Amino acid sequence: MVVTAELIREKLLKELAAVHVDVEDTSPNRCAASFKALIVSSRFEGKALLQRHRLVNGVLAEELKEVHAFEQKTLTPQQWETQKPQ
Amino acid sequence: MNHLVRASARCLRPASLLWRRAVPVVPVPVVPVGRFLSAATDMQQTLGEMVKKDKVVVFIKGTPAQPMCGFSNAVIQILRMHGVEDYAAYNVLDDQDLRQGIKEFSNWPTIPQVYINSEFLGGCDILLQMHQNGDLVEELNKLGIRSALVEAETESK
Repeated sequence: MVVTAELIREKLLKELAAVHVDVEDTSPNRCAASFKALIVSSRFEGKALLQRHRLVNGVLAEELKEVHAFEQKTLTPQQWETQKPQ
Repeated sequence: MNHLVRASARCLRPASLLWRRAVPVVPVPVVPVGRFLSAATDMQQTLGEMVKKDKVVVFIKGTPAQPMCGFSNAVIQILRMHGVEDYAAYNVLDDQDLRQGIKEFSNWPTIPQVYINSEFLGGCDILLQMHQNGDLVEELNKLGIRSALVEAETESK
């Protein structure tokens, strides 16, 4: 399976009903070895950080077997509003 | 019968304490342990004991003196900043069974992994965010570890 930033993005948008997802390939040659994601979803509301990350890891279970590293930032729409650079 | 006791106990994590205590009071025929406990199960029990043995336990790539991955290094540096020196670090690169075993044990796909007070705290991102929002200071406080960052702040006042 070839994991791409776009594939990860599509999956998170769909399965977490995310309102915003940014995925960046952070491997040196953009060789899909590591990714960094910002995920904004109302599914994170009322969930501690660990639970949010577990939710994301669950959605990407297959993909994460292939990659070396996956950085994630998980925000609720409300947190996203206040943290968004104006 | 014995293997049933074990099999059902295994489902309840942490199982290691549970069934070991149960063995002396239930008179069952002695069977070779290896027949029913696979290597993977042994590893899961060992991990249960490893995370209990020390207050702060990290599973990293490399050693604290020589981390082999930026994310493992970040974990080490965060602990160092808080003055946490007394922790156990296990190098998953030394042992493929450990590397795979800890992922299953924590149900977490990546290394590094951090345990505080026998509880899974998270990976690098979570530790970093807890460091940034002050939660880490509180977690350490619960263990009776006063963060060096708090110490420094008090002194400068």
